[in-house]
Amino acid sequence: MLNLILRRIGIAIPVLLTVITLTFLMVHSAPGGPFDEEKAVSAEVLAKLNERYNLDQPLTTQYFDYLSGVLVGDFGPSFRYPGRSVTELISIGLPITFELALYSILFALCIGVIAGVLGALRPNTALDYIPMSTAMIGICIPSIILGPVLILIFGIWLEWVPVSGWGYMPGDKILPIITLGTAYAAYCARLTRGGMLEILNQDFIRTARAKGLSETRVVVVHALRGGLTPVIAFLGPAMAGLLAGSFVVETIFGIPGLGRFYVEAAFNRDYTMILGSSIFFSFLIVTFNLLSDLVAAALNPKLRD
Amino acid sequence: MNYKIISICVLAFLLNSCGETISPVESSYETKILYLGNGTEPKDLDPHTVTGVPESKILMALIEGLVIRHPDGLEPLPGMAKSWDISADGKEYIFYIREALWSNGDAVTAYDFVYAWNRVLMPTLGSKYPDMLYDVVNAEEFNKGLIDDFSLVGVKALDAKTLKVNLRNPAPYFIELLAHYTTRPVHKATIEKYGTMDSLGNQWTRPGNFVGNGPFTLEDWKLNQVIRVKKSPTYWDANRVKLNEIHFLPIDNVTREDFMFRSGRIHVTGSVPTEKIEVYREEYPDQITITPYYGTYYYRININKKPLDSKLVRQALSLSIDREKITTKVAKGGQLPAFSFTPPDPNSYFPPTTLEYDPEKAKELLETAGYSPETLPTIELLYNTSEGHQKIAEAMQQMWKETLGVDIILTNTDWKVYLSKQTTGDYEIARAGWIGDYQDPKSFLDMMVSGRGNNQTGWSNEDYDNLLIKAANSTTQKERFSYMYEAEKILMDELPIIPIYTYTRIFMKHESVEGWNPNLLDSHAYQYISIKDK
Repeated sequence: MLNLILRRIGIAIPVLLTVITLTFLMVHSAPGGPFDEEKAVSAEVLAKLNERYNLDQPLTTQYFDYLSGVLVGDFGPSFRYPGRSVTELISIGLPITFELALYSILFALCIGVIAGVLGALRPNTALDYIPMSTAMIGICIPSIILGPVLILIFGIWLEWVPVSGWGYMPGDKILPIITLGTAYAAYCARLTRGGMLEILNQDFIRTARAKGLSETRVVVVHALRGGLTPVIAFLGPAMAGLLAGSFVVETIFGIPGLGRFYVEAAFNRDYTMILGSSIFFSFLIVTFNLLSDLVAAALNPKLRD
Repeated sequence: MNYKIISICVLAFLLNSCGETISPVESSYETKILYLGNGTEPKDLDPHTVTGVPESKILMALIEGLVIRHPDGLEPLPGMAKSWDISADGKEYIFYIREALWSNGDAVTAYDFVYAWNRVLMPTLGSKYPDMLYDVVNAEEFNKGLIDDFSLVGVKALDAKTLKVNLRNPAPYFIELLAHYTTRPVHKATIEKYGTMDSLGNQWTRPGNFVGNGPFTLEDWKLNQVIRVKKSPTYWDANRVKLNEIHFLPIDNVTREDFMFRSGRIHVTGSVPTEKIEVYREEYPDQITITPYYGTYYYRININKKPLDSKLVRQALSLSIDREKITTKVAKGGQLPAFSFTPPDPNSYFPPTTLEYDPEKAKELLETAGYSPETLPTIELLYNTSEGHQKIAEAMQQMWKETLGVDIILTNTDWKVYLSKQTTGDYEIARAGWIGDYQDPKSFLDMMVSGRGNNQTGWSNEDYDNLLIKAANSTTQKERFSYMYEAEKILMDELPIIPIYTYTRIFMKHESVEGWNPNLLDSHAYQYISIKDK
């Protein structure tokens, strides 16, 4: 197990270094700079700003300065928000994005597992077809469409829930969670159904039923444990995907998470913020994939070697 | 059975979360809190370094200058200055500062203004609007580093309550400039507690640190969420202030803003989705407002590129534009076909020229210039990615093709690329827009003076420049406007820029908001705004 962890960390370092280098080169080669504004800034002011943010140095110097900063956890100041560091912006956005991702995955699990189990228990009946077809639709609809449709129906016409915000008004978290979680709920449902169908045909389930156990006990205690393995393996990449992919939902619902800062930084050529968030998202993805591999290895001894 | 219990629990959780929520707008009849859609998230709240409209709206609540913009767009009202005297030659102003307090209880003095103007003009601060004060003696020289001694600049505190300002030329619009946030005072001790006079990214603008002298105080700033300001007990005119709080919500997406207005989250929006304008005009005529705005939508021409170096070609391009059609059929937001570069101001300067639509004359001019549809090279039209700009660009492409036979290539890029292409002259024709910083033709015409940062067309005309110098030295507004009138005529004959339409401000406003009167700069002093009782 220790070997696996060390090996993965060994791979993660060059991956992160590549991400930093490529992102650095890309942001600096994009036309337009952080201080281009509609009201043209005078050459003197521009020179002052460039000097202040170290942009007057040769690119290689800037690159190594940046790297040495990152090594000690200093991601530099944001260009978009004077007086705020990239670390501060990440620490503002991350808890919100994390909360959104976590609730979405819980929502996905609740809905997905229930639908998947029902489908597996009554295969090829309406109880199977309806949730599974809905799941298929859920996978197909992108959140950029689902979000506004949900807002229109539940926020504007029915007036049940607020249409935007995060923790600003009661109930404003519901629509973003559903929007972000739906596609993942659909995946969970299909994975659960597949896993459960396989398990329900096993001999030990037949034995359990033969012993006269109630159907609930058979399903919840015996079948679910094995049937959910594919779902658990899916959780790591799903969590990484949710964190990195939340910016669409954050934009639709005006959620002040990290995803929005990231997109905004790209449009504003906020070099340090683009780099900082790219590094951070890469780190999260690498970490969650590692965690998911560790869980899979714990469940399946064959993978440990 | 278990699934049923789980399902019921989940459903109960969801329904419970919905609860009985009263919308913020509905509850504001009691709370007197105003909720505003405020565009993009402000970069900062330092009046001397910011440039954007969202920032200016918040600063209006927090810091007050010598004068206040009139709620109906008329002459500015006394603010921190209770009155002022202007010398006969129009070059010396004496301001009498009223008894007013900063939000920490300190008195506002004339020294605060001297300090603030010194700060704006410090070359090291990197302010983007130092030119607002260039009419002051030696201000430009100090800002450009030609002199180091600020005592040579024409602003002095004669005592704590008297401020003397000497101008290098009579500037009848000077009082109007003093309503702009760049000229507002800052609290010296606070600035220096968190940094130096010219340090960028000074933390004094954070809630808890901020000291202002405006009708409201900064209570909370949650990035990308809300900026909350509260009625200030120390404001000199606190009795006039009817609102308890204002919440500025950063909403950079017009569709989301529309959803938020419709669900009672905000009282006033920043804009309305183009496709909804017609519908709302019919269904909610009381809530939609369309008023003229002090801005011009125009096309910038790079006159260093062929065939645009020819004045006749530029005139032909302008004559082939059916502006009426663009405003009524394409933009559809009540915009007015542009008269000229400066938007018409019914109370003051009314631009002299008219821009005709005459396809026949356009063809003749093109021929006189020595071009025919066959010999005209392809021209590139640059705009920043946006559905609205694209529709207009496509309409122009069609009009120019039909009338002049010229092929136009449309190029759209993201905002920063678009800006950088214009700064470096890497374009042929580019879409542009300009909103006046203050209500005076100078705010537009100065931009086209030779070599100015926002000229960006390569156009330079000595007569034009001289007329604006004469205008600056005029003592009466009438004389000044007559020079500007002449300058504008030259501009509209030479056409380094082709005006298309005068902007309108289109927004939704809830019926409970009172005192939000339309004016050309769309500027609303919050002490005149109230929320009515139910």
